[in-house]
Amino acid sequence: MTLLLSVLEQGMIYAIMALGVYITYKILDFPDLTVDGSFPFGAAITCALIARGVNPLVTLPISFGLGAVIGVFTGLIHVKLKVRDLLSGIIMMTALYTVNLQIAGRANLPIYNYNTIFDNDFVNAIFPEALSKYRTVIIIMIITIVMKLLLDWYMNTKSGFLLRAVGDNDTIVTSLGVDKGLVKIIGLAVANGLVSLGGCVYAQQQRFFDVSMGTGTVVIGLASVIIGTSLFKKITFWNVTTSVVIGSLLYKGCVALALRIGLPSNYLKLVTAILFLLILVLSMDRKSAKKVSKAS
Amino acid sequence: MLELVNINKYYNPGSVNEMCLFQDFNLKVEDGEFVSVVGSNGSGKTSLLNIICGSIGVDSGSILVNGTDITGKKDYLRQRRIGRVYQDPAKGTCPSMTILENMSIADNKGKRYGLGKGVNKAKIEEYKESLRQLNLGLEDKIHTKVGSLSGGQRQALALLMSTMTPIEFLILDEHTAALDPKTAETIMQLTDKIVKEKKVTTIMVTHNLRYAVEYGNRLIMMHEGEAILDKSGEEKKQVQTEEIMSIFNRISVECGN
Repeated sequence: MTLLLSVLEQGMIYAIMALGVYITYKILDFPDLTVDGSFPFGAAITCALIARGVNPLVTLPISFGLGAVIGVFTGLIHVKLKVRDLLSGIIMMTALYTVNLQIAGRANLPIYNYNTIFDNDFVNAIFPEALSKYRTVIIIMIITIVMKLLLDWYMNTKSGFLLRAVGDNDTIVTSLGVDKGLVKIIGLAVANGLVSLGGCVYAQQQRFFDVSMGTGTVVIGLASVIIGTSLFKKITFWNVTTSVVIGSLLYKGCVALALRIGLPSNYLKLVTAILFLLILVLSMDRKSAKKVSKAS
Repeated sequence: MLELVNINKYYNPGSVNEMCLFQDFNLKVEDGEFVSVVGSNGSGKTSLLNIICGSIGVDSGSILVNGTDITGKKDYLRQRRIGRVYQDPAKGTCPSMTILENMSIADNKGKRYGLGKGVNKAKIEEYKESLRQLNLGLEDKIHTKVGSLSGGQRQALALLMSTMTPIEFLILDEHTAALDPKTAETIMQLTDKIVKEKKVTTIMVTHNLRYAVEYGNRLIMMHEGEAILDKSGEEKKQVQTEEIMSIFNRISVECGN
């Protein structure tokens, strides 16, 4: 039960980040490594603000907004300075390491003694004693679902249509009289806003910031997106963003299971990498098998 | 009116591979003209379109639209007043979006792409009506992803999308070249119909000499960056495909093609 709860909590938090990765990787076709820096960036801002007595609820929009600014920087490096997509992300990820250290003031910043969105007078008052075990997971679920719905809404606006078009066929965006570079920058901003928000929620659930907490985030995000989108390709009664959220839960479930079986937690990153490789290879297999069956 | 004045364009300037494409090239296209441009590969047809649309820059010279210099204007700003259909049917549409979504996004050209609803439901009937005129049965498939349509269907849709909003120029870049002969014929007739209905100034690059002769009211043949043949009005009506073919063969032989 505790395992399931922890998988749900972590999976749902990482799902917020995965929604951001979905925008860059699936929609913009931009492998954005900034994520490894913008996830802990959100956490650093959150812990720094909470430690200064800021209302934890306020850290949510602030993390999203400043995360979006980070995305704009990645976009500007790529679009205006014409640096390749992968390298733009690496540059930002490296720079953010220092930025995050400066924001937090040190490599590890705990916030155990402060209120968080999961633990404050208001939340403690509305959740009855019997439910207190579930209040974290319920709050996380609300945030994730709200973000998913907001993203769904955005994708169906005119601006969202352009975002989908630019990853699909950027020539048409130019034909429509719109600067395709600007559309990419907007996409990266929304994506990194979501990632940073994920970091914000994660930091409040874990109650600390650690400068290395972002390592491998992009892999988790990509794995979630690929599991979700390739596993539920055929399903039409829910949309892709739901698949991504479920992908994130499944991924966290797999990792938790591997640890449960008795793998030492030092092997976590190795498990992550192998799992990711497996998912990549398996999702490719499905594709080529389909092609063959189509041809025959 | 579109004017190209003293256009100079070099490829790989300053290197041993330097190649002069246009040297003091001039072209004037009057409002309402439907210009067919033919010529062998490398004669500068597509470069001409790219220069007009701003996809490639020029080394010197100027491009004027109704007397206003647009030479330094960014490609996406120019294309607000230009509709363009490419040879590759995939370039004029978004494969992962539905027909309805594609038409909605094209219908918004020139306006702000803000946070309003992407699809205006009130316009669905209007879209269906214009799809019906294509006679491809697309009006019953508006929720189908464009990626699953055939090349001809996509090209017809691309043509429709590029002319949905008021435009000053329609640029057709070998837009029937990737299609089978029958589909190409359909698209060409559709093109003619749209051009006549909207009275839009059109420049069409084609490899099909028959189309160049049959359609449009002006014919230009390009060779090594020059317009070696330029017939319009009554003169154009007299032109026979065989005549063009023989000139075309002669210049091609000269270059060793």
